[in-house]
Amino acid sequence: MTSLIGYYSLIFGLCISFLIIFFSIKNFRNFKKIDNKIISLVFLQFFLVVISFLGLILSFINSDFSNETVFNHSHTTIPIFYKISGSWGNHEGSLLLWLLVLTLFIFVFMLKSKEQPKQYRILTLLFQQIIIIGFFIFLIKTSNPFNYIFPVPKEGLGLNPILQDPALAIHPPILYLGYVGSSIIFSSTLAAICSNYISKSWAKHIKKWILVSWIFLSLGILLGSIWAYYELGWGGFWFWDPVENVSLMPWLALTTLLHCILVLEKKLILTSWVVILSISTFTLSMCGTFLVRSGILNSVHTFANDPERGLFILIFLFILIFLSFFIFLFFHKSENKNTNSFFWLSKETSILVNNWFMMYFLSVVLIGTTYPIFLEVISSEKISVGPPFYNKLIIPFLIPFLFAMAIGPKLKWIKSDIENKIHLILFLIISLFLSIFIIKNLDVNFLLNTILVTAAFYLFFITLRDFFNEKFKNLSQNLAHFSFSLLILSILFNNIFTTEIITNLKINETFQSEKFKINFESIEQKNEKNFKAIIGQFTIENSNGVVDIMKPELRIYNQPNIVTSEADIKTNILKDKFMTMNLVQNQEYFNIRYQIKPFMIWIWLSVLLISFSGLISLIKKKNEN
Amino acid sequence: MKIKIFPIFFIIIFLIIFLILYKGLENPNVYAPKVDPEKNIPVFTAKIFSTNNKINSEKIFTGDKFYLMNIWASWCAPCRKEHAYLMNLSKQKNIEIIGLNYKDKYENAKNFLSKSNNPYSFIFLDKDGTIAIEWGAYGVPESFLIYKNKIIKKIIGPLDENLLLEIKKIIQ
Repeated sequence: MTSLIGYYSLIFGLCISFLIIFFSIKNFRNFKKIDNKIISLVFLQFFLVVISFLGLILSFINSDFSNETVFNHSHTTIPIFYKISGSWGNHEGSLLLWLLVLTLFIFVFMLKSKEQPKQYRILTLLFQQIIIIGFFIFLIKTSNPFNYIFPVPKEGLGLNPILQDPALAIHPPILYLGYVGSSIIFSSTLAAICSNYISKSWAKHIKKWILVSWIFLSLGILLGSIWAYYELGWGGFWFWDPVENVSLMPWLALTTLLHCILVLEKKLILTSWVVILSISTFTLSMCGTFLVRSGILNSVHTFANDPERGLFILIFLFILIFLSFFIFLFFHKSENKNTNSFFWLSKETSILVNNWFMMYFLSVVLIGTTYPIFLEVISSEKISVGPPFYNKLIIPFLIPFLFAMAIGPKLKWIKSDIENKIHLILFLIISLFLSIFIIKNLDVNFLLNTILVTAAFYLFFITLRDFFNEKFKNLSQNLAHFSFSLLILSILFNNIFTTEIITNLKINETFQSEKFKINFESIEQKNEKNFKAIIGQFTIENSNGVVDIMKPELRIYNQPNIVTSEADIKTNILKDKFMTMNLVQNQEYFNIRYQIKPFMIWIWLSVLLISFSGLISLIKKKNEN
Repeated sequence: MKIKIFPIFFIIIFLIIFLILYKGLENPNVYAPKVDPEKNIPVFTAKIFSTNNKINSEKIFTGDKFYLMNIWASWCAPCRKEHAYLMNLSKQKNIEIIGLNYKDKYENAKNFLSKSNNPYSFIFLDKDGTIAIEWGAYGVPESFLIYKNKIIKKIIGPLDENLLLEIKKIIQ
């Protein structure tokens, strides 16, 4: 029943798109004001998608296995929380979520843009409707979440156990608000080019949307990363997996766009940058969807390998690319000539420098992700691109990037002399000595690490000083840069100081190294609703005689029958102690992995702070208006 | 002139990217290792299922027909799924299915076969999993289609509808 309502809501939602387009075109020519009918229709469309989404969630809650999606991804023994999150933990449901975010954003946009020119608003609506129609058809034709199966099965196939996790349950909605939210930036930019409305007031207005997408995208990536850290059981937090990369690429583009829009808001320059970045952010989101949903890449998010779906997104993606390209070509007027003459030592140049760095990082990630596909098609050779590629190409460029981040904001618009040169140099010297002091006794590449840590410390100190010096002026920017330095420092120290022990132990056996004594005390079993847990108990004594008790866990899920390993993590401000155990096949031994990872929590906190700085900027904007 | 070249260039580049991605869709994304067609199948000596005698594998793969060497175990859930397909295939005339019982308990394996029929015309025992390693197997289940002492197809994971059809096509 709920499935039926859900399905018909979708069909009606699609029909409403055509109504909206019809009325918008009529309205565009004839009237001065936007017809209230259009806004009502936009709301109705959003409402129908909400109904459809609720229909799917209800089917999941009721374990209605006559619905194919529910049958494939749920089971009666799963806790209610994961039944609900299961509704978007699959291909069909997550596309419905896409659609929900698309319609939500255009609805809020129509409400919030009342003071903007009429033509611009209608064009934005039209472009957004093109995207919405595309996704409606995609959903209904190739990935209908409401397929009926008969005879009705008694039991579902179950939700993939690694998805049964609180962080991952809320990861898709949060990420999508950012990922799909960039669609509104795309539509409004195209609209602004067509109606010749690229101006300071447009920049001010669209900046809010960029900030909203950016905040949610950052948080979404953070959640995914935290989940990978404690669930995948190897103690890392970023693996340069294609799936991670496709979320990082729009983030890089969006971050660059955020910097450009700040310039545009003040000076009306860099318009081409803004336009191209707005278009590429959403295109990259779509491209990411294509890569992970078509089955062209293998990853956690490849739900089903259906070439028809891949082909649909691919064609749709290229329609959008060519559409935006032609609009850009025919309507976009290049900037005034005087803008090319900005002085080399100014805020604009520093932003431009930032742009080029970001574009470089973006291309590295893009090439690393897509190169294997291209190579396979052209030479049918299979390769995979791993972390060494990214590390080699990104780390050296991080050094000048960090320095530019520290000095850039100190410069003034158009032309500036560096003031307070003394403290800039002073901080550099302090950072250098501090880094040498930290790095010198360690068994790592001295030169590279010292310079890298110096650069990060430099940014850290300079931004820290500004908190006291400038108080609340530029607070969000300063906080973002400060948190970024914190992030880089935490990652560096995390890499440099991590210690790891991997060994096989059986019960009552002890592993002794210079630093630790690990004793496998006992093992116990627990029966939960949808899994059986095997919990090991270990005592770890370090050289100072401090004893920790760690209880890593193995979970044997019943539906589907999969074993997952749950790390036991003890977190404090300075370090994480991380332990996992795994079965060694057909033996009484367990494979034990024990890691001490310094500053782990600071990685999470700094990304959280970065997102928070976006929020500050957003609230500040509101107060100014 | 300068302006005209750029759009054409752009369009061509993107059309090429489109074509490559389109082609990429056709490629299977599951990694399957290459099989060297020149190499003969490995020779081994192993215990025969349900007896204590040992036999050399050369004595088994002799006939002028196809063999499907299937690595299986009673504890392996996907093996149960593929069982129906193996039974189906065992009814074909032109092919003989040889089992390699992998790291299994004899009692369990016997139970498994008596409960769900036996598609194998012959079963080797591989108690410690060394023979499977020699064959370059990745896990269970795995199957090798053999003709005239050469592996012509390697199937990683359980058989399914499509693979069954493919095998039937090859052996005809």
